[in-house]
Amino acid sequence: MVEEYIDQLSIFLENKEGRLLNTLDIIEELNINIRALSIADTSEFGILRLIVTEPLKVKEKLEEKDFIVKITKVLAVSISDEPGGLNKILRILDKNDINLEYLYAFVEQKTYNAIVILKLENMDEGYKVLKEEGSQLITSEEIYSI
Amino acid sequence: MFWDEKIECMSKEDMEELQLKRLQDVVKTAFNEVPYYHKRYTEEEVYPEDIETLADIEKLPFTTKTDLRASYPFGLFAVPQKDIIEIHTSSGTTGKPTVSGYTREDLDIWGEIIARGLTMMGVDENDIIQNTHGYGLFTGGFGVHYGGQKIGATVVPISTGQTLRQIELLKDFKTTMLIFTPSYGLHIAEELKNMGTDPKDLNLKVIGFGSESWTDEMRKQIEDKFQTPAYNIYGLTEVMGPGVAMECEVQNGLHLNEDHFYPEIIDPKTMKQLPENTPGELVLTTLTRVGMPLIRFRTRDITKIHHEKCGCGRTLVKMDKISGRTDDMLKIKGVSVFPSQIEKALLSIEGVEPHYQIILTRPGVLDQIEVKVEASPEIFFDNVKELVGIKDKLAHAIHDEIGLRVNVTLVEPKTIDRVESGKAVRVIDNRNK
Repeated sequence: MVEEYIDQLSIFLENKEGRLLNTLDIIEELNINIRALSIADTSEFGILRLIVTEPLKVKEKLEEKDFIVKITKVLAVSISDEPGGLNKILRILDKNDINLEYLYAFVEQKTYNAIVILKLENMDEGYKVLKEEGSQLITSEEIYSI
Repeated sequence: MFWDEKIECMSKEDMEELQLKRLQDVVKTAFNEVPYYHKRYTEEEVYPEDIETLADIEKLPFTTKTDLRASYPFGLFAVPQKDIIEIHTSSGTTGKPTVSGYTREDLDIWGEIIARGLTMMGVDENDIIQNTHGYGLFTGGFGVHYGGQKIGATVVPISTGQTLRQIELLKDFKTTMLIFTPSYGLHIAEELKNMGTDPKDLNLKVIGFGSESWTDEMRKQIEDKFQTPAYNIYGLTEVMGPGVAMECEVQNGLHLNEDHFYPEIIDPKTMKQLPENTPGELVLTTLTRVGMPLIRFRTRDITKIHHEKCGCGRTLVKMDKISGRTDDMLKIKGVSVFPSQIEKALLSIEGVEPHYQIILTRPGVLDQIEVKVEASPEIFFDNVKELVGIKDKLAHAIHDEIGLRVNVTLVEPKTIDRVESGKAVRVIDNRNK
């Protein structure tokens, strides 16, 4: 297993009032920190994607409350927070014909770098080319310790 | 194994002879003892002596649920009330309940027909039957109870509900037979899974289920989840209760206890009898019922009947599982739709849970159908495109089955009501609101 793969939680949510808050309340009760979050939504349902410090614990708790939760492997890349930073990464993927399923990003406070979470159609191939081109891939430990 | 080999394997000629004799007796008793039949038959100018052959039954008028309600509560009893030792009623959800009264002899026959069915399923005096059918006015609980005791099995009369207790007893008593309605059975299976119990660790060897509509896919799920064969039990309160017909190990239709209940299949529009192997409404006549004879009772259940020697050796007439009800039938955009068709389509897709609800609305002039389906881990993907794909696939499968476009909505698990009391609410019709 590639060390740099990060466990992301994907949670099925109906698009109705209070569901997101309800989910996050459960994570708060566990006293677990959310590192990054994104929501893909349609008019009826959404997929909540989370990077948390203890994914298995959160998954277990949510499943106990009848949520559907899956663990998805994603990559996190650190890029300098300046114009064109993300383009560089996307260009590598494009050049190698690797399709991007989705991405979301957040800015890290200590180094002022941006961290981009990537879900690629072909994760292994994507990992290989990013590594070869010298992208700065971050491990779970690093992301949890931010 | 047979409970009553002489009857269960009787030749068609001998059975018809027995049926005719009993039919003549029951019509005579009804005419003489029950004011309702006396009045109806006099009005229609048909009399007991007009029944010379089994085919003559067509001369008699039908009895419907409406007739039973009009005679509420005791108007159809053929014996003084002191001879009635037990009463059951239907649920009464659509009006006054219908009452069913039993003499001691009737209860004995009830036990007898269930005993035949349990024996067909391979159950005997060594078995422990956990009966989750409700005890009370509902006929389910007591019917199974009397039959179970008749064969000498150990009956655990737990009724529906208290699911965790059910599971505790399943383990502690080493229950070998579980009786349930399909929706309650699936509820138990869910709880078993939640508790991390492997059905293989239980001692179950057979399941008897009934009193609710179901599909082959649903039976498959039940059998998978409990790792044991499941057999169908058919019956209705008005006629007796469960046990009118029961399924043998061949699992290809139910053996109808035709020495006690004479079956006909009619076309509900023309009211004429239909030939064998043609689907229509089942009409039943009790041949031996003492307390409350019912003649040509329209069950509203749709099925077909056929005579053939079964793989199990029995010759009792077979009926298919109920494919729908004439009063369950939904008319949507003028098309006849049964909820069971939608269920069949949903369950044809792997990973789909049998928890669904059909919601009918009429926002303008046209009917709209929404089918809510609970998502499950098997059909959840971290990808909007794939999730929308699943929805489309479900909608497509339903369209193929009923010929109408529906809107499928995926909802979170456990958000569609489970019914601890027995029967699930499958249809919400908001069209005339």
